[in-house]
Amino acid sequence: MAPSTRSEDGPLTAGGDQAAPRPGRAGHQSAPSRQGPQNHPNRADGIGKRSLTGRLWRRLPKGIRTPVGLIAAVVALAWIAMCLFGAQVAPHDPLAQELPRFTPPGSTAWLGTDELGRDVLSRILSGARVTIGLALALVVMSMVVGSLLGLVAGYFGRWVDETVMRFTDLVMAFPTVILAMVTAAALGASLFNAVLAALVVSWPQYARVVRSMVLSLRTSEFVASGRLLGFSPARSIRLDILPNVSGPTLVLASLDIGTAALLLSGLSFLGLGAKPPTPEWGSMVSSAVQHFDKWWLGVFPGLAILTVVISFNFLGDALRDAFDPEAGEA
Amino acid sequence: MSPDSELTDPGPALGPGGEAGPVRRGPAHAVLWRYIGKRLLIAVGLLWGMTLVTFALTNLVPGDPVAAALGQRAADDPAIVERFRQQYGLDQSLAGQYWDYLVRLVHLDLGTSWQTHNPVARDLAKAIPATMEIAFGAIIMAALIGISFGAWSAYRKGKMADQILRLVSLAGISLPTFWVAIVFFYAFYYRLGWAPGSGRLSPGMPAPPKITGMYTVDALLTGQWSVFMDASAHLVLPTAVLTLYTIGLLTRFSRTSFLEVLDKGYIEAAKAKGLPGRTIFFKYVLRAGAIPILTVIGLAFGSLLSGTVLVESIFGWPGLGSYAYQAASRLDLLAVMGVGLFVGLVYLCINLVVDLAYGFIDPRVRVG
Amino acid sequence: MTAVLRIEDLTLDIVSSEGTKPILRGVSLEVEKGSVQGLAGESGSGKTITGLSVIGLEPAGAKLTGRIWLEDIELVGLTGRRLGDIRGRRIGMVFQDPTASLHPQLTIGSQLTDHIRYHLRESKRAAQARALDALNRVGITASQRILSRYPHEFSGGQRQRIAIAIALACEPEVLIADEPTTALDVTVQAGVLALIRDLVDTLDLAVLFVTHDLGVMSAIADRVAIMRGGQVVEAGDRHQVFTDPQHPYTRALLASLPGAKGGINSRADLRRLDLSANAIEGDGL
Repeated sequence: MAPSTRSEDGPLTAGGDQAAPRPGRAGHQSAPSRQGPQNHPNRADGIGKRSLTGRLWRRLPKGIRTPVGLIAAVVALAWIAMCLFGAQVAPHDPLAQELPRFTPPGSTAWLGTDELGRDVLSRILSGARVTIGLALALVVMSMVVGSLLGLVAGYFGRWVDETVMRFTDLVMAFPTVILAMVTAAALGASLFNAVLAALVVSWPQYARVVRSMVLSLRTSEFVASGRLLGFSPARSIRLDILPNVSGPTLVLASLDIGTAALLLSGLSFLGLGAKPPTPEWGSMVSSAVQHFDKWWLGVFPGLAILTVVISFNFLGDALRDAFDPEAGEA
Repeated sequence: MSPDSELTDPGPALGPGGEAGPVRRGPAHAVLWRYIGKRLLIAVGLLWGMTLVTFALTNLVPGDPVAAALGQRAADDPAIVERFRQQYGLDQSLAGQYWDYLVRLVHLDLGTSWQTHNPVARDLAKAIPATMEIAFGAIIMAALIGISFGAWSAYRKGKMADQILRLVSLAGISLPTFWVAIVFFYAFYYRLGWAPGSGRLSPGMPAPPKITGMYTVDALLTGQWSVFMDASAHLVLPTAVLTLYTIGLLTRFSRTSFLEVLDKGYIEAAKAKGLPGRTIFFKYVLRAGAIPILTVIGLAFGSLLSGTVLVESIFGWPGLGSYAYQAASRLDLLAVMGVGLFVGLVYLCINLVVDLAYGFIDPRVRVG
Repeated sequence: MTAVLRIEDLTLDIVSSEGTKPILRGVSLEVEKGSVQGLAGESGSGKTITGLSVIGLEPAGAKLTGRIWLEDIELVGLTGRRLGDIRGRRIGMVFQDPTASLHPQLTIGSQLTDHIRYHLRESKRAAQARALDALNRVGITASQRILSRYPHEFSGGQRQRIAIAIALACEPEVLIADEPTTALDVTVQAGVLALIRDLVDTLDLAVLFVTHDLGVMSAIADRVAIMRGGQVVEAGDRHQVFTDPQHPYTRALLASLPGAKGGINSRADLRRLDLSANAIEGDGL
């Protein structure tokens, strides 16, 4: 393993001391003798001098402590709130055909009405629960399934590992939307089957990541010592491996929420997910295809998808950068 | 990846005047061929796996193909069901069905579409060139723009341009493609009339003689200028939608790889040689970034083919995507499987080509 | 003796969102023709950044004040084409790790000739002839065939020789060597040091040699400067610095060397540290 970057070498040594440790990269350390306190504004603020909110604020990932990051966080929180209370906040019943058909956005209906006289805004707000809720459910499910398989493969190795990994290879050999579409079509069109189909394509990435982490953990000393102490596999996994694997897996999951929402709404758009009266954003866009001159039918549900995906993607990015500064280079 | 491969001889330097001998040059080719062989074997394995997956999906799922194909009324009539099952070989054992399925696959027989009543293979042969026309256009555009954006972003890391590009590319990958397609259709066709919104040619325009099946290429080859212009105009909107999504993906990825490359010692060394910035970029940076970027272009092409499923039907583009969309929405399973198998095959080939390209781009032939 | 390269009162701060971090505090140095100016210091003392600043390779966010003269050209603030005409042409640079500083996917011929063709406007053939000369000069018996090989086909020591050949291919007056032997095995180190010494003598080269290794320093440098905390705390003739250090820091450093109780007091102590070519050839280390 050769040093990949030029490094300012360790302490001044005599002779060609090859064993001298070479820490870090140049530029991270400053001249030790010249550091005045005025050069470290951050260090000056002691604990207790800041308010509680101030300290909590500073613990947030750096990417969120920017104007754009704040907007993303607010948008994401607002949508999550709509998941819970969207139906209550909505001005109309999302299924009631009680307004004039094709009303353009205006005072009657802020975002217009659709071909059956239903309020688009109400449908979008109530639809948050469907699209976001199912996306979150999907992410949790694929995380659980993928992590479990990855855990088993990494921990037990050999033919178990071989089988699981060849299977992930196979699933990943298809482009996701195509495989999800094929599966959903085979299972039959329903929202539940769409989630199932999406699950089929989204677990492998978790399996891969978790497996590689478990592989490196398994050879580490503390896991080995646990085994020497006679820990059962279940106990070893629970005490030594799970705590170390969970952080990166959760980061991966947060990055996956946007993708999941896109995939599910895409399947619904294809008619393989939500069935007509359900206020699902993808199928709302889909039904707008027939009435493309009524732009509000398609534009607003699409914007809803876009804002959800972009805000969750942004937060996921920020979270990943916070965990792994090398990956994102904030 | 260690910078020193196993091919490197870590032997001592020869003193002044010593011959700088070659270091085991021969085995490199053997390693390369073994590598190619291994990749091919894996590809064949995956291909076999794919047939298993599609077969399993067609046969083991709870959905009732008879009902899906003939409607519930017919499915209630045992005589019709029996005839249908016989016709499609559904009365055999599963192993027998799978064997039949494989034999038919080898003969490029993907079954008959319940919807068009044509052999799926024939339908695909018609649809593929149309899709390739927009897919190639989109991947080329997206690669040019995405790599440029990625390089720009990496060179201006942390500056305003970088932050804007990062946001734009994030927005790009967050776009629901089917929605962008509708917005483009509404804005640029219906409202502004900048580009045709539907089909491959204007009504009345004759299709060029079939050579590749891609109208623009065929028109050029036969010198039909007006057909070429018309076909190109029809390409604009669907290609633009697919490009938009892929740009975001490629910008993000190439930014990361360029940042990694720009941090390397040999870039600093090239600057210390006094070479102008554009030489350093085109000769040193681009070459080092080529391998990871090539990989992601391959992946992007796969996701772009998926994207056609969501985009083509909106633009009335008679390609794979429209075919798959119609097949999926009417549960025409064999047609859906045909598309899935074809796209999976393309995906597999791309990955194989990218894998093999590694061996040729990188002289160290890092294996494994 | 005339100083080709003069660094006068060089100060460098790195400005970032976290504040201003001082790196260099009024560094002054002179490098003469036909001699090696050693620059030693601990990690973070600013020695490497001093070397990089000369050819405008200071890190992003660096604010540079002071003067650097190459003969009568002021280098601080030089940018673009005019900086490019200095780099590689009049000042060559060798980095610590040749595995990192050579592009793995380009043949050494390509890496040896691109700047020759750019700086000297020579044809490919002429540039290749010049590259082969440069390779011969660094002790690699070169044939046309060698130019089509890739860096991984050479050993570490050979790679560093190639890097030196690249730095010297356009016959610069000054060579900046940033820890050029640190990444190499000890035996290989000696060969590379001997080579640099030889080049200084035959080409009348001025070398700024940056290292953290006092043993290497004593072997190669004619004059020595010791840096600490962004300042030069001690500078002078090699013999004087090693035998009669003025600054307490230097004294403490020398005292910490193995086998030198209370610093280096005698010529014998100095010789023990001496890894120069003669010593190597004499007893094989």
